[in-house]
Amino acid sequence: MRILASLKIAGRALRRNKMRSLLTMLGIIIGVGAVIGSVSLTSGATKQVEDQVSSLGESVITVFSGNFTSGAMRGGWGSAPTLTVADAEAISHLKNVVAISPEVRDRKQVLANGLNWNTQVMGESPDYPQIRNWGVSRGAMFSDQDVRSLAKTAVIGQTVADELFPNENPVGETIRIQNLPFLVVGVLTPKGFNLFGQDQDDTVVVPYTSHMHRITTRIFVNDILVEAANDKVITDVQQEITDALLIRHRSKEQDFTVRNQLELMQTVTATQRAMGFLLAGVAAVSLVVGGIGIMNIMLVSVTERTREIGIRMAVGARAADILVQFLIEAVTLSAIGGVIGIAGGVGFSRAVAYFKDMPTVTPVLWIVIAVVSSALIGIISGFYPAWKASKLDPIDALHYE
Amino acid sequence: MQTNPVIKLADIHKVYHTGEVDVHAVRGISLDIFPGEFVAIMGSSGSGKSTLMNMIGALDRPSDGNYLLDGIDVSTLDRDALADVRNEKIGFVFQGFNLLSRTSALENVEMPMLYNRHRVQSHEQRERGLHALDLVGLGDRAGHHPNQLSGGQQQRVAIARALVNKPSLLLADEPTGNLDSQTSIEIMGVFQKLNDQGITIVMVTHELDVARFTKRMVILRDGQIVTDEAVQNRSAADNELQRLRTAQQAVKLAS
Repeated sequence: MRILASLKIAGRALRRNKMRSLLTMLGIIIGVGAVIGSVSLTSGATKQVEDQVSSLGESVITVFSGNFTSGAMRGGWGSAPTLTVADAEAISHLKNVVAISPEVRDRKQVLANGLNWNTQVMGESPDYPQIRNWGVSRGAMFSDQDVRSLAKTAVIGQTVADELFPNENPVGETIRIQNLPFLVVGVLTPKGFNLFGQDQDDTVVVPYTSHMHRITTRIFVNDILVEAANDKVITDVQQEITDALLIRHRSKEQDFTVRNQLELMQTVTATQRAMGFLLAGVAAVSLVVGGIGIMNIMLVSVTERTREIGIRMAVGARAADILVQFLIEAVTLSAIGGVIGIAGGVGFSRAVAYFKDMPTVTPVLWIVIAVVSSALIGIISGFYPAWKASKLDPIDALHYE
Repeated sequence: MQTNPVIKLADIHKVYHTGEVDVHAVRGISLDIFPGEFVAIMGSSGSGKSTLMNMIGALDRPSDGNYLLDGIDVSTLDRDALADVRNEKIGFVFQGFNLLSRTSALENVEMPMLYNRHRVQSHEQRERGLHALDLVGLGDRAGHHPNQLSGGQQQRVAIARALVNKPSLLLADEPTGNLDSQTSIEIMGVFQKLNDQGITIVMVTHELDVARFTKRMVILRDGQIVTDEAVQNRSAADNELQRLRTAQQAVKLAS
């Protein structure tokens, strides 16, 4: 097979009809462009979610307290006080548990510096920054000693720091919660908004003991954050926690719920995947339409160039040469269309990323798929016309008007 | 003559099965054509000359009989082998020129080389293409497209294309059918010059005027050869052109 010669012939034929070649390619260009554009936008959004979830900590398990039922009204998870610090203590002894923090939450007015700010006051253990993958930018986290001594120490989020200490270093300053003075020992690294649009930096973290005995008076915690050794043992650890708590609570009915971040992530990304598949499906349809366009033009082209085919056969082209020539023309059309489409799709998503400030990911896999499938479309849609051309009789073809 | 014939037809038959009636287009033709000959195959329409032409040109196979082209038995070859024979042994010149439109003269001439069994380097293709164009006096028109050339020039490009693979045989089908008389004479001049250089030419025509430029006339009727003789009073293109110009001059002076 004289592929090089066939490439040359096909190239010349396509150049002879530039406008038609371009219009024929348009279907593939739009199809591939739409695939690449939509996939890079949706995978950008998915990536953003994944980043946010991993900022919560990937191997983190959350134990929520139980469902509170009053008459016929059921309060849902977290409404009934069932979890205690002792539960947390028990969980901390389980295998593959590397960090644990009993969590209590309340919105409180916080005063400092003549300013005040309503924020989420969290009671946590010193493991909290580790579990949440959260650094302390200035100062340090409070210690186990602080937990044991119900110390009035606090670590504050960046938003609170900005609101209460606009122009100074908060570390070493005092804030007042419920009229109690708390010493600011650290400021958490800015973390931004979470999946649900809450400002994670708008928070004050104090030892859970101080929260439970000084700020409020309670014996139950809202939930318990547990970090497993890695994400492979997460399900095992979840099961062990469930078993241990069932025994401790001596209840047949489970009055708590155990969740991990991976599940959360899967729920959120599943929606976006579905959206992405939908878009890709629409784009795939336009690819098929593009392929039909190529087949149509190739069929017209074969009829129109019957005499040319006759001439080529007369000067020595074999049937296979003619077949390959038309196949290459079709594949060249779709492949060039595919490349232009990829460039267009990537360009479009980059433009969106730039002007709309949305994250996009250049989907390398999908680019490979687009190249392969556009070449395949070329072969499939070009084959029938090319085969038809190669079956022509040279004498009839020469005398075709 | 001691040399082997370029074309050796032995009792060739061709029957077309079209519908109910079998058409017996060629009924037992035997013909030897030797290197350096310039043969006109003549006949009215329906005489079987086109069918014979197609078979000599390896575009079609005889129903019966043997055809040796340059010693190769063409009558038994398959489609691909026939294509190779056409590529290597035969140069075609058609009535309607049959050039590729929107393709330069040089690219048209280079085309047969793209189908050579042995790959020809691009620079060699170019050299041979330009050389063939030089032979027909169009060396300076290599970049022109067919629509920028006159009919005579287009036919010269077609002749150059036919010559580019150095065939054993130049096969012309009514090469002057679409041309005016002066251009026809010019084209016949090109053929005569090529024949003088030793190229074997077989030409199908129905015009006696054109046939007179050849050396041998074969006349067909009803699929059989009725006359096969050397041309008497052979026309020379140069003289004919001279005569035509004088005649035209006379017309101008008279008016």
